Parts: sequence; C-alpha cells; structure tokens
Amino acid sequence: MRPEPFGALLYHFGTRKLSFLKDRRLLAVVRSLDEQPTALAACRDAGVAESELPTFRRALETLRDANMLVGAEAVAA
Amino acid sequence: MTTVQTDALAKPQRLVDLFEFGLDSPICLTWELTYACNLSCVHCLSSSGRRDPRELTTEECFAVIDELERMQVFYVNIGGGEPTVRPDFWEIVDYATSHHVGVKFSTNGVKLTPERAQQLAKNDYLDIQISLDGATAEVNDYVRGPGSYDTALTAMANLQAAGMKNFKLSVVCTRYNIPQLDEFKAIADRYGAQLRLTRLRPSGRGADSWDELHPRPEQQKQLYDWLVAHGDGVLTGDSFFHLSAYGQALPGLNLCGAGRVVCLIDPIGDVYACPFAIHDEFLAGNVRMPGGFQKVWRESELFLRLRQPQSGGACTSCQFFDTCKGGCMAAKFFTGLPLDGPDPECVQGYGEELLKNAKAKEQLTPKPSVDHSHRTTPPRPREGLGPVRLTLKRRDELAHPPVNACEADPLAGFAAQ
Repeated sequence: MRPEPFGALLYHFGTRKLSFLKDRRLLAVVRSLDEQPTALAACRDAGVAESELPTFRRALETLRDANMLVGAEAVAA
Repeated sequence: MTTVQTDALAKPQRLVDLFEFGLDSPICLTWELTYACNLSCVHCLSSSGRRDPRELTTEECFAVIDELERMQVFYVNIGGGEPTVRPDFWEIVDYATSHHVGVKFSTNGVKLTPERAQQLAKNDYLDIQISLDGATAEVNDYVRGPGSYDTALTAMANLQAAGMKNFKLSVVCTRYNIPQLDEFKAIADRYGAQLRLTRLRPSGRGADSWDELHPRPEQQKQLYDWLVAHGDGVLTGDSFFHLSAYGQALPGLNLCGAGRVVCLIDPIGDVYACPFAIHDEFLAGNVRMPGGFQKVWRESELFLRLRQPQSGGACTSCQFFDTCKGGCMAAKFFTGLPLDGPDPECVQGYGEELLKNAKAKEQLTPKPSVDHSHRTTPPRPREGLGPVRLTLKRRDELAHPPVNACEADPLAGFAAQ
C-alpha cells in the first residue's frame, strides 16, 4: 500500500491487481482496520460523515471482493 | 495491468485525470538490462544488438533495486536487448523479488532450458513474457530472424512442462500478423499462456521498418473489434488507447503514462520518459547521478513538464480527444509529427493526412540517439559519399614470400664472414 497525492495505490502480489483509493480518509480507514473493532468504527474514527457511510461501505466491499482485504484469520492461516 | 477502482467514492475526477499530474513513484517501470541481444529484430525499440561497455554493474543494479524498494515501486518490466544473456541476470531477478519488487521479464526464450524453467516456476513474484511476432515461422522469422519461432515455442513448451502458470505470449501487432490473431490465441491456450498484444512503434529500428510493418487502417478496426470481443482476457499493456476513438474505450487506464506513471531505465542507467522514446529529447537523467533514480523521477525538469496539463493542439476540437488524448507521444515524435497533434495512426485519419504532407515536404524525421545494432545487420541508408573503391593486392616482390631465410640464400647467416 503506497500513499499518493490523491489517495493511495494498493498492489496485490498474488493476483497482480492494482487498486486505487481515491480518498485519503479511506486510506486511514484501511490502515486502522486491524486495530478497530469494526469497519464502522474505523470509518467513524477517520471522520467519515454518516451520510457517506454507504459509499465507504461499497468501497470496502470492492476491496474485499478483489482480495485486497481479507479477514485476520485468513492472514494468520 | 488489471485494475480495481473503488469508484464507490464518487468524485468528479476520473483516475486518468489524477494520474496526469504524476505519482510520487512510478506504478511500474521498464528496465532494459542490456543492449546485447542474440537477435536483430527489424522493429527493435531500443536498436539492440551489441552490449554497451558502460552497462550498470551487478552491484549498481542491486542499488537501483534497493531504491525501487524504498520508493515502493510494485514491479519492474525487465527487457533489453535480451536480458537473459547477462550472466548475472538470474541473480538480479532473485535480488528484486526478495526485496519486494515484482519482476516481469521479456525474453525471446534463448536461455529458457527445461532446468531453468523448473527453477523459475518456483518464484511467485515472477511473470515471464515470451516474444513472438508471427503465429507461423514464416511471419515471425521475417521480423525476428531465422530460428526465432522455434526458440520461442521450445521455451513455452519448457515453461509448460515445468508447471509455470500464466506466463505471457507477447505479440507486437503488425500488418502481417493481425490476420493471425485467432491463431495466436490458440497457441497461447495450447501452452497455458495468456496472450498479450502490443502496438508496433516507430522507435529504434522500428523507425526503419514502420512504413512496411504498421497495420493498415482497416486492420486497426479489425484489431479493435477483436480486442473489444476478448475484453479482459487479452492483455495490452494499455498500448492501444489511440483505438478508443472507434467508440468504446478499451480495458486499462487509456493514458499516456510517460513520465507520469511509467518510465524507462536503460542499460547504462539513463532514465527516459518511456520505453518507446530512447532519444535525447526524452532523457530525464541517470541513476548514477547524485540523488539517484528518485531525484530523477521526482525532480527532473522533463518529467515535471510532462506532468503539466498538456495542450491537445489540433486534436482539442475532436470529439474523441477525451479518450484518445492524441495518442502516443513517441509515435508522433519519431514520425516527425507535432506532439500536440494527432497520432500517426489516428483512427479518424487525421494523422495519415499530416504524414502525407510531411512526406511531400520531405521533412526529416528524428533518428534515435542511441544505436547498438549488430554491425552485421543492414546499415541504415546513409547520405554523403558512397563507398571508397579500393583494389587490394600484394606488393609484386611478395607474390611468393620466402618460407625462411635459407630459401632465398642457402648461405644465409654466413654472408657477413
């Protein structure tokens, strides 16, 4: 994961897929996921407004579907 | 490049618009490791053949990789020349992949023996591209040289036998092989490879063969339709964005990434804006200079200029400018067209018109600044005096040189007494 002026770039060495985060707050959310109890808490902590939550949820779902975000159990395994 | 966008965060800007201002580090870069090559392909982008004595040493290559790791460059596309003829090539690949810099390398297959293929299949950070420019030996060898078709197919068979998955079969699209697109796909499928099609460019020796090899206008449409029909299943390295002006944009970023998201490091460490632009005009610096590659990428005057908003010039009024962006900078440069006008292969035909005018006025096109072609390849046409004609003969008295002194004089050596 690499911060860039417009947000961040993510590269998955397994799937060779490149993802783009077009918002710095989403970068903060992704970074804090393993410390926060839930994704919702991570969003609130990063200062995402209630009205934006559905948008952030969709973004995180996109990343999960691309295998960019995986559960902590999967990492441990 | 396969991309995933978190588009859910609706923003007025498209990704390509953000990328036009450049990135802190390239997404990937091309690194030509050597100008040495066992082949002399007529369309070679880097006019390769002979090794340059100033080539980066193994240690200097390691230092470049350390820097790329620090800058978080995700992967490098290694090429040449033929990179595998460097004796330290496999060592450099291992060093990169163990330092979190993924490697994709292009090869004609000359060094991919069954044993080597076994070793490579174990490395997960590695992608291999085998170059083949004809689905038949006849079409391929005409461009890449005798025997090169067999070499490539043997290499693919070795990779398949070693269990290497998803290596790429990389094809430069020419007038002669565009009718073979389905056959290329069949070859790729047969070896468990993925097909990758790229654009022929008038760079390097390609400047000399472009007129004969570049696709005809009706073939461009054929290629476009074929790419649209095959979608994500065929890779293009984002090289055909000029074809987007036919209508639907092709998969990929559709952007000239020169100096913004990509660049080239050549064998002697020179950094150019892109692999198709090896010319002083596009030279940004050298990795051997103080500050190294990072300083060149972030601060060179040329790259900063390329990241400024570009003027579309004559193209601005075209309705397709938003997707085609005027096409390829290098293709325009080496065909002598203005950089802020249409691509020589503009699908609306504007480039062709300009080219005709330029030819009518006998305008000169820029020649590559660097040429490492084998001296045995046919030389470029030169101007000036023709060859100097000489007759070589021995001096008359040497028509039959003496075998030893005694043959001329049986008493040789005694004469002085």
